[in-house]
Amino acid sequence: MTDLIPLVVIVPLLAAALCVIAARHRRVQRVLSLVALTSNVVTAIILLIEVDEEGILVTQAGGWRVPIGITLMVDRLSAVMLVVSSLMLISVMVYAIGLGDEERRFAAFHPIYLALAAGVSASFITGDLFNLFVAFEVMLVASYVLLTLGGRREQVRSGMTYVIISLIASTFFVTALALLYAATGTVNMVQLAERMPELEAGVRLGFSLLLVVVFGIKAGVFPLFFWLPDSYPTAPGAITAVFAGLLTKVGVYAIIRSQTLLFPPDDRQGTLLLVVAALTMIIGVFGALSQDDLRRILSFHVISQIGYMIFGLAMFTLAGIAGAVFYVVHHIAVKTSLFLVAGMVEFRTGSGRLSHVGGLVRSAPVVAILFAFPALSLAGLPPFSGFIAKFALVDAGLDKGVYLVVVASLLASLLTVMSMAKIWLGVFWGDPEDARVVRRLRDPSSRSPYLMGIATAVVVSISLALIVFADPVYKFAERAAEELLEPGRYVEAVLGADDGS
Amino acid sequence: MTVLFAFAAALLFATGTWMLLQRRLSRILIGVGLVGHGSNLLLLTSGGPGGSAPIIDTGDPADFSDPLPQALALTSIVITFGVTAFLLALGYRSWRITRDDLVENDVEDRLIARDRDELLEETLLAEQEQRDEEGLE
Repeated sequence: MTDLIPLVVIVPLLAAALCVIAARHRRVQRVLSLVALTSNVVTAIILLIEVDEEGILVTQAGGWRVPIGITLMVDRLSAVMLVVSSLMLISVMVYAIGLGDEERRFAAFHPIYLALAAGVSASFITGDLFNLFVAFEVMLVASYVLLTLGGRREQVRSGMTYVIISLIASTFFVTALALLYAATGTVNMVQLAERMPELEAGVRLGFSLLLVVVFGIKAGVFPLFFWLPDSYPTAPGAITAVFAGLLTKVGVYAIIRSQTLLFPPDDRQGTLLLVVAALTMIIGVFGALSQDDLRRILSFHVISQIGYMIFGLAMFTLAGIAGAVFYVVHHIAVKTSLFLVAGMVEFRTGSGRLSHVGGLVRSAPVVAILFAFPALSLAGLPPFSGFIAKFALVDAGLDKGVYLVVVASLLASLLTVMSMAKIWLGVFWGDPEDARVVRRLRDPSSRSPYLMGIATAVVVSISLALIVFADPVYKFAERAAEELLEPGRYVEAVLGADDGS
Repeated sequence: MTVLFAFAAALLFATGTWMLLQRRLSRILIGVGLVGHGSNLLLLTSGGPGGSAPIIDTGDPADFSDPLPQALALTSIVITFGVTAFLLALGYRSWRITRDDLVENDVEDRLIARDRDELLEETLLAEQEQRDEEGLE
């Protein structure tokens, strides 16, 4: 079964190569993309079942032994991330085919989207820090191209900021890798975990902080988030959903992985991360309240929500990390669906400004329903998945005694309800205020294609399924957290497997 | 040699950071290149002092230089190269659109900031008027 692990990277990359060859045949490209992304979903689900029964799965790329070869490992956290991300990737691809704009105009769309999928999957399965850097780069370079695909003025502008910030983060990452290698002589995560206690406390602290900054830039935590609300809204419709749903969560995943696996418990940056988490939640949601553009409001919410995940991790307790894992799963589904709905609103009205659009509850009731569920879930109202996730975090926070952060999280939650109400009032109630929007709403040919609606509905129902299956999912998150808090298991799984081969 | 490399890396980082702080993409690009070289050099140096080529059966393995950081540095150089090429293309596109490669302000962000300033000005004006009226009475 461990042979399946590399497939989540190889299949999309292979399909990307074939898509380049089939550049002139859009149908062939579509079939290739959908087949590759479906294969990823299937592989991810098999891995999830397998890992839950047998524990951490490990394979060595090319059969080379540990210090030389690249370790690929799948634990419960990676498996659940793989399942959710592959489900989102295929839904958004269907949505993009329905939307048709960029997907139809650029032959490069499919290969680059598949490269992005490969990069995201590779980040989740790697057990080697340098390989994580390469996976990040594959994902980021694909995202640079997708972000600037139209070549419009504001895309070029925000693309510059995005690329430069990501590049600086990558340079930090390479620097951190160089220093880690000089200090320990390895970039394999498990070996690093073994050798880390031998280093001096000051050096360990330096590494820990450097990695938090590197992954913090990718995740968009306070105060490193400023590039996010600037660049995400300018990306093509469907693409923003993948960016907001997945890319920052890869950063969160990397923070969870590096903090739990690499560093001994007394080096974990608990207090720092708690402060960062509280500030991220509050400042993100304040940013959202002040915006007028639909996608920008949602982008600021991404930041605010990242704070909750970091909050869960920063407690370093079983309940906290389990809450964080559940939160990530819930957030990916909800955030992706909100951005997909935003894309539908823009398609229908031709504008994403709250001051221009209005009255969609009458002219596009389906869109209104598709918006209402994830919006209430994001705000954390019962019985939606956001309520369960936030309840788990608050409960863990009260156990741990971090009352200030709990208060901050509840305040942020309240403000989230406010800004969701603001979107609802601006987009769905009232009357459209812009003449162009009114004209477009009267034109029946501007209805969103069925495929867009179906893809969005699928993602929304995934987030609704989290309510029904909250118990098994939360229990799974608890098992994942248990695993994460015992780095010894990883050492045993990787080095033990190595002796056998 | 290692000390020399360390100083060279430091110099590259310092000059690169200065260039990164400029407003023109062409200069930022040079900065990115310099900082990237600095980190690659650091990666190369992290393998310890150099030695003979690490090929089995050609000498004493104790004299070999460590091949892993070299491989890592090579990977990292290729990535930096690719991204620099992309940034150059972006700069060219920007020049074609605006005849400039200045990194522009975020319009939406400025708009919201301006709204607030206007609001502030209006309130101040209203307060002033009120005070004037009260003064007249």
